[in-house]
Amino acid sequence: MTARGKLGRWGLRTFALGYLAVLLLIPFGTIFYRAFEHGLAAAFTSVTTPDALHAFYLTILITLIAVIANTIFGVGCALLLVRTNFHGKALLNAVVDLPFAISPVVIGLALLLVYSRTGWFGPWLDANGFQVAFAVPGIVLATIFVTLPFVVREVVPVLHEIGDEQEQAARTLGANWWQTFWRITLPAIRWGVSYGVVIATARALGEFGAVAVISGRISGQTQTATIWIQQAFQNFDQSGAYLGAVVLALLAVSILVAMNVFKRKEAT
Amino acid sequence: MSIIVENASKRFGDFQAVDDVSLTVPDGSLTALLGPSGSGKSTLLRIIAGLESPDSGRIMIQGNDTTNVPAQKRNVGFVFQHYAAFKHMTVHNNVAFGLKIRKRDKAEIDRRVNELLALVHLDGLAQRYPSQLSGGQRQRMALARALAVEPKVLLLDEPFGALDAQVRKELRAWLRRLHDEVHVTTIFVTHDQEEAMEVAEQIVVMNVGKVEQTGPPRELYENPKSEFVMGFVGSVNRLGSLFVRPHDVEILQNPERGADEAMIEHLVHLGFEVRVELVLAGGENLWAQITQAEAEQLELEKGQIVYVRPSRAKVFDRNGRPTTEELQAA
Repeated sequence: MTARGKLGRWGLRTFALGYLAVLLLIPFGTIFYRAFEHGLAAAFTSVTTPDALHAFYLTILITLIAVIANTIFGVGCALLLVRTNFHGKALLNAVVDLPFAISPVVIGLALLLVYSRTGWFGPWLDANGFQVAFAVPGIVLATIFVTLPFVVREVVPVLHEIGDEQEQAARTLGANWWQTFWRITLPAIRWGVSYGVVIATARALGEFGAVAVISGRISGQTQTATIWIQQAFQNFDQSGAYLGAVVLALLAVSILVAMNVFKRKEAT
Repeated sequence: MSIIVENASKRFGDFQAVDDVSLTVPDGSLTALLGPSGSGKSTLLRIIAGLESPDSGRIMIQGNDTTNVPAQKRNVGFVFQHYAAFKHMTVHNNVAFGLKIRKRDKAEIDRRVNELLALVHLDGLAQRYPSQLSGGQRQRMALARALAVEPKVLLLDEPFGALDAQVRKELRAWLRRLHDEVHVTTIFVTHDQEEAMEVAEQIVVMNVGKVEQTGPPRELYENPKSEFVMGFVGSVNRLGSLFVRPHDVEILQNPERGADEAMIEHLVHLGFEVRVELVLAGGENLWAQITQAEAEQLELEKGQIVYVRPSRAKVFDRNGRPTTEELQAA
């Protein structure tokens, strides 16, 4: 290795780390620092208020529902896109990516237009005793919408890669569709599915825009963790906001760690 | 009669993969579907297995019309070129798959799997995963897996195509011996005429979606019914309108009646066999296959002028069918 090559390599490393530090690590670290600036007790009191606890409970519940729904939809949709041919397949393929392209705020507004009392389905739903907008179902819909593509996009390439010969072999050995899916396809795509679930979960935990619009932000009812944090910050409860942020960040980080475990398993 | 295909056709878009093919495969036989790529041999095999459905025609397996029976109910064993091993299962579970689907009891499954692993010489590797096996071992595992369900017919799609030359040779001989033991009606697809001739009792030669000729290897070699079969089954030289096998090219030191002048361009020594590459006075190339002893006796050398004549040749008409005019040297 020449001196120049060595210098170049070190230069590149310093730049990469410096870039990450300025953009990610320093702001993230500051949140930790500020959360505990006025002592643990003050911050702890504010994140254990009933409203705060409810907000975290709601976020976790909604994430669970949205991720389960999108895992089932995602695997089914990926199978449809890779293993079958039908008219409108290209359209479906494009529509799946829509949530990537549209701003969450726009998604929230669109849902409001459809489900609010003055929206398309709103009056009918209202008459039948369902409330979607400004209620938990609306938040669930918004979260599902925002996290829709993740499982599909992780599973599609894996399905392409494994090909369909194993599935054909299972069929010639007497397995029906369900047995083939359960015993052959699903185990073969399991790491792709896990990876998709992890990213969808991280994304669902942190969703703000769409939920902020559709939820109505009612404390103790439709307030999710991200909205609670924003509210706390606006109400000058800074240590509460920061500690809330830390809790949310830790949840997301543990998910990312899980993702890396999956990645490593996949590599072996 | 074990497998009968009646007027099967299959089209993929503009491509006529199988074109009105009829075929009979006798019970217990070992048959090769031989043809170049795109000849429709794999598609025909997949139609027999139920992995493709024909656009028209009928498939009968052991007297039953199975044309509309799905693959999972046909009870055929199918072996893929790239093994299609279940990567997340051990060798034991791969072989046991069909039996588990059939809900056999565990003791019976274990006994049968062990029997089959012994048959394909994989005993002791039952707890390995496919990624820990060589290509040849994976293919033998796939064969055991297909045989586990006691299929009525065994179908192999280019089974040795992904293996290296040495393993291919071993597995060919081994497949033939296995067939003598198991006696299940077997069809295998190959583009390698040597493989077909070495393994099969009956060869079906296919070209552009049609059957060119069906018969035992020797019959196809000795009496090809078309120009295509003559060229595809065994090597062939063209001398004007004559088709001559390389071993039917006679090399003479001195001019004789009916012999043409030629120069030796290359001598390729392949052990027992010597390949003499010649160029005729008119610029046409041909090659002769002689034994090493013959080559030594003739004292052949590169650049030497010799005289060649066919000791036996075939002539085909404009449609590629053999004519009665056939040259047989005295």
